[in-house]
Amino acid sequence: MKNKYSIFSLIKNAFSYHENWEKAWKDPEPKKEYDAVIVGGGGHGLATAYYLAKKHNMKNIAVVEKGWIGGGNTGRNTTIIRSNYLWDASAGLYDHALKIWEGLSQELNYNVMFSQRGVMNLAHNLQDVRDLKRRTHANRLNGIDAVYLNTEEVKKFCPIINTSQDIRYPVLGGTLQRRAGTARHDAVAWGYARGADEMGVDIIQNCEVKGIKRNGDTVEGIETTKGFIKTKKIGVVAAGHSSVIANMAGLKLPLESKPLQALVSEPVKPIIDTVVMSNAVHAYVSQSDKGELVIGAGTDDYVSYSQKGSHDIVEGTLNAILELYPIFSRMRMLRQWGGIVDICPDASPIISKTSIKGLYFNCGWGTGGFKATPGSGDLFAHTIANDEPHKLNAAFNINRFVSGDLVDEHGAAAVAH
Amino acid sequence: MFLINCPFCGEREQSEFKAGGEAHIVRPKQPTELSDDEWAEYLFMRKNIKGIQFERWNHVHGCRKWFNMVRDTSNDQIKAVYKMGEKPPVK
Repeated sequence: MKNKYSIFSLIKNAFSYHENWEKAWKDPEPKKEYDAVIVGGGGHGLATAYYLAKKHNMKNIAVVEKGWIGGGNTGRNTTIIRSNYLWDASAGLYDHALKIWEGLSQELNYNVMFSQRGVMNLAHNLQDVRDLKRRTHANRLNGIDAVYLNTEEVKKFCPIINTSQDIRYPVLGGTLQRRAGTARHDAVAWGYARGADEMGVDIIQNCEVKGIKRNGDTVEGIETTKGFIKTKKIGVVAAGHSSVIANMAGLKLPLESKPLQALVSEPVKPIIDTVVMSNAVHAYVSQSDKGELVIGAGTDDYVSYSQKGSHDIVEGTLNAILELYPIFSRMRMLRQWGGIVDICPDASPIISKTSIKGLYFNCGWGTGGFKATPGSGDLFAHTIANDEPHKLNAAFNINRFVSGDLVDEHGAAAVAH
Repeated sequence: MFLINCPFCGEREQSEFKAGGEAHIVRPKQPTELSDDEWAEYLFMRKNIKGIQFERWNHVHGCRKWFNMVRDTSNDQIKAVYKMGEKPPVK
């Protein structure tokens, strides 16, 4: 049993200069066999392991990660959490996640710094206005909080936005989801890792999957850089590298992996206390607790695994940011980076069984996976444990690309993918 | 960001081009006879290779012509550029 984090443990450890905190998770070598192996130690993978152990009593499981946990897209996203999606299936999925976020710090005994500071989505033309109003109504029918704001209300909610009607893309209105917000991305991975480790899950880092062993249409195990691991169930949560793993098993996925960039500014005093996203000009901004502006850019249109994006994408985003927030004109950018996102043709995720028995995929989150981390882990764990999808992820099966029953959120969600 | 040697215009910045996805996917000759699985394969399933990939590009802000490219997607190095209808110059 791990020691509980509390004000008392903080005081106690202060007396020994914080040098005697117990390790949050072990660093084990892989066993010969597990009941299930999760490929990918990001937030989604660790959450999957956590819920497999917690809700489905599968304790003899492992998470294998080729680098270090939370070092991929979990540590590269812009930490925005919201559930204001248009279609019923998406609304169900993302609001399930948002409801778990609301109690996650308490459940994990780990402060994930979930902050419901609201997310505002701006409209810049008449079609945006119609789309956002439609989405607001759809959200409310699904029990998701959403309000439509006119230009004055946008200005009141976030006074630094330039609402002049003379700019190239004037602000005509916006939507607001007050329950939405941000969380600390690393803490989510670490919190789930600590929780899973406590229940006996082996978290194996620096262990890259090199092959998937099959016997006919059934999986038998995985080849890794730390040797062969026998298992009957493999849950792949490899984000941008999902297709690479699928190719090892002889499968093709409807994915393209592309660079998505983000950047942060130098830290400044609190200036923006919410998250503002703009679909039409593709710019979104929030401020971290350290004071940095966190800015998300768009994806490049070519397939790449290089974790580098093009300069013109960042330039376009910063142009938009400066027109909307002239106050930021002399801010200096501190860091810029890229992550590789796996995008489905309908820009919705896949949480599904496959044609190979014992092989499950959780992928296709594209540019918006972070917000779904707890819900994705919960539903993927259900799918793996029962060999059947939960009703909330039934629509996100891989067969939708054969049946044509797509969950077409492309452009219908709050921000273009 | 990288430079692309357009077979019609010469070397230009990548931002002048639009990526058109995986190359050499053959359009079905008898669309009415395709099963749902075959349609899914043609429309949606992609190799999405990490490594040497064959792909189509369009010089949208230049000559607006389509051409093919061989590129290593792990580091964005371009191995070859060739015209539509030509056989790839490298394996």
